[in-house]
Amino acid sequence: MIRPIENNTPTLIRRVPILLFILILILSASAPNGYAAAIPSDLRAIHVLNRLAFGPSPGDLEHVKSVGVDKYIEEQLSPNSISLPATLINELDTLSTLRLSAPELFVEYGPPSYHGERGDKEAIQRARQRARVIVEQATEARLVRAIESPRQLEEVMVNFWFNHFNVFAQKGLDHLWIGSYERAAIRPYALGRFRDLLAATAKHPAMLFYLDNWQNTAPDSPGARGNFKGLNENYARELMELHTLGVDGGYTQEDVITLARILTGWGFRRPGQTLQARAAGFVQTQRAENFSNNNGFYFDPNRHDFSTKVFLGRTIRGSGIQEGEEAFDILAQHPSTARHLSYELAQYFVSDDPPKSLVDRLAKEYLETRGNIRSVLNTLFHSPEFWDEQYFSKKFKTPYEYVISAVRAAGTPVTNTRPLLGMMAQLGMPLYHCQTPDGYKNTQEAWLNPNAMTQRINFATALAAGRLPLDQPPVGAMEQMSEAKRTTADNQLARNGPVDPTALIKLVGGTLSTETKAAIENSRPAFRAPLILGSPEFMQR
Amino acid sequence: MKRREFLQLTLLSTSGLLLLGENGWAAKAIGDDKNPKRLVVVFLRGAVDGLNVVVPYSESSYYTSRPTIAIQRPAQNGGALKLDQHFGLHPALSSLMPFWEKGTLAFVHASGSSDSSRSHFDAQDYMETATPGLKSTPDGWLNRLLDVLPGTRSATEAISVGPTLPRILSGRAAATNLPLGKAATRPMPLDRPEIQEAFDRLYKGSDPLSVAYREGQTSRKQLLSELTEEMTMADNGAPSAVGFADQAQKLGWLIQRDSTIKVAFFALGGWDTHINQGSVAGQLPNRLKGLGETLSTLAQALGPLYSDTVILVMSEFGRTVHENGNTGTDHGHGNVMWIMGGNVRGGKVYGQWPGLSGNELYEGRDLAVTTDFREIVSAVLESQFGLSSTQLGKVIPKGPKPSRDIREVVRI
Repeated sequence: MIRPIENNTPTLIRRVPILLFILILILSASAPNGYAAAIPSDLRAIHVLNRLAFGPSPGDLEHVKSVGVDKYIEEQLSPNSISLPATLINELDTLSTLRLSAPELFVEYGPPSYHGERGDKEAIQRARQRARVIVEQATEARLVRAIESPRQLEEVMVNFWFNHFNVFAQKGLDHLWIGSYERAAIRPYALGRFRDLLAATAKHPAMLFYLDNWQNTAPDSPGARGNFKGLNENYARELMELHTLGVDGGYTQEDVITLARILTGWGFRRPGQTLQARAAGFVQTQRAENFSNNNGFYFDPNRHDFSTKVFLGRTIRGSGIQEGEEAFDILAQHPSTARHLSYELAQYFVSDDPPKSLVDRLAKEYLETRGNIRSVLNTLFHSPEFWDEQYFSKKFKTPYEYVISAVRAAGTPVTNTRPLLGMMAQLGMPLYHCQTPDGYKNTQEAWLNPNAMTQRINFATALAAGRLPLDQPPVGAMEQMSEAKRTTADNQLARNGPVDPTALIKLVGGTLSTETKAAIENSRPAFRAPLILGSPEFMQR
Repeated sequence: MKRREFLQLTLLSTSGLLLLGENGWAAKAIGDDKNPKRLVVVFLRGAVDGLNVVVPYSESSYYTSRPTIAIQRPAQNGGALKLDQHFGLHPALSSLMPFWEKGTLAFVHASGSSDSSRSHFDAQDYMETATPGLKSTPDGWLNRLLDVLPGTRSATEAISVGPTLPRILSGRAAATNLPLGKAATRPMPLDRPEIQEAFDRLYKGSDPLSVAYREGQTSRKQLLSELTEEMTMADNGAPSAVGFADQAQKLGWLIQRDSTIKVAFFALGGWDTHINQGSVAGQLPNRLKGLGETLSTLAQALGPLYSDTVILVMSEFGRTVHENGNTGTDHGHGNVMWIMGGNVRGGKVYGQWPGLSGNELYEGRDLAVTTDFREIVSAVLESQFGLSSTQLGKVIPKGPKPSRDIREVVRI
């Protein structure tokens, strides 16, 4: 919308159309989609930061306002165009387990049986203890990136897709692979093609183990023996229900069984096989095959069902691993999948109950671009629904979003993420520890409850007072300390000072209601920052 | 700053509490509501294998279908604990046998949902809304129950143990959630009156966040003060139980002390045993052992109130009759429901047993459902809370009428 231009001189009146045109150009430079034009620029900027990022961090508002929301969206959709700060790169570099592939992690930290040792209880315990560093480093990396990375949308989407393809860190061997899973199967495809993302998760040992497909075996196949002697439907079912078609996507129990048969033999090399290979001197070749290319994924033709199958009404000729690829093609390009994913994205980025018009438009874009996530998001971020003010600041933040956005807004440097992880766990959202394959929800119904409000406010108060030990040595360093030293470190006062309420108001003041602003102004100065971070407006994005 | 103050403001632990003073439990242990009836619902998320909980040992097809994971017949080594001529209890649940013998534990076998979904999430949803096949139901049946119960509403009328509110308790009526873990009673910033007053001004409206905030404050004052008192007493006595039994114990104390609590809920996970389920040892037996201890601890902690409490244990569906190729079981249909409490006519396995041979199976693979779970819930609500048929219709809309047999489960 354009306001009338005030002018008095006849010369100018004649130029009004030209001025109007110029004005349109100027306005459209910051919001060419048009839907956002009527919204004050502060609100526009905070809206994109609330949705494409984990909320504003000091300096972000200025950046978005200076480049314009459209340019910001464009930047965020091409994360590689944004350089990472050296401090973040250095921090990530210290996390050594993040550089290891799934098989390397298994060799380095796996159960003692792999090394031919007797797997007595104590030895298993010791190995498990030693391996804790993997989950610690994975969580550390995830949180530090979420807080500090300027590629915020990438971090939002990594979290989104990890949830979509959830894996539970405490299920058996998955404690070894959680970091590798995110790094190798989720992160590279977060803004890429859904088909690639699907295949990468399907072939990663973390998923193969989590949903049991590594044991899924054709009953009468030559390789069927021991615990590997029959079908296991677990992955096939969740693959359709949660990962692709959705529960109402139009498949039957028969399709579940067929898909399970298609995926027989999809697994990873088991310790026994590796030992045999090593004994036979195959280690070198196996290294090349497993360690670099495919994270240890291994298709075992001896346990595969080679019969020809009818899946979702389409005939798939018995051919081995290729059947799975064909099934993924069908699933990824299925209208139900387009709809299911579009609904999830619209729910995450717009509203708990997303408008049908938007879901339809995204589904269409998805099918037309053959599952190009970046294109679908681009459509979403330029849709009238995304810019409809009735949805602004109405998404109740998940515990993950609340904690990260609070730390970002406060601008507190974080070297110790434990208080943040602890808070997420207490709010029912422990990172990498969602036990069920459906992942965490992102709706108000799931997260708003009496205890959550109490806990969030307690957290906000401690954070704003500068009293969370966020500047303690990082997790790994703490682990290596002696007990006495660790206690001293815990007892040390955090050095972060209280958060400045004026800076906070500058950052998120645009979203606060007049009542909230009044209550904050009328309170003691020491309570102002806690009240802002614990306000109803800050609980929502 | 001293360590104590530091802890007050650090939030590595769960909810804090107000100091006792005159708000202590003793002052208000006598509530205004004289009806002592209580209901505790325990949900086993992930679909527990009911055929290995209450074992149909008289069925030969049970043994042929489960060559490695079956529980042997009673009197055999590691065999089921005999319940009657047909059924035996998994030996890992031996802690519940005293309740069975005293007649306060019953089972309804071949029970479950009328909907055929084998999706965990849909099936749980249907069981928590009590509207199988209908996804648009906005509220859970435990919440609708609160709406029809007599007496004044309070935030602590229904509590869920844990960090989130489950679907079964979502809805119009106030309900609260409390993590009851070890750190539950540590002091927190919001315990300081001046901080609380400041936040009260931000949350005085009628919006959902303000309502939740105030419910959180109320429940902390009412419940956690009681808990501290009990915990202090307990610390001088027996060592605390391990695992979830610890939280069940606290829940039992709370229910016994706070007459405003009518309904409680908690969920336990880890039942989705697709691989290596185990027979007498392994994953499922470990979980069952913990569950048995949790339930018996809860019953003990309820004290005299156990006679007025019904504990209902349910799970979204059962598991396949045949074990799969990985010594586990896949998603099935019919299951067993557990009912415990002083007024339960226990020592009996209720329901109609459909059998396990080929043509008796649901869709050729699963235990059939002969008792709708809503029959059992309805029967419990009728006898426990004296609901009229109109009231029952509001809580369990269009639910099937409980059979005569099922009506017998709980004494009026």
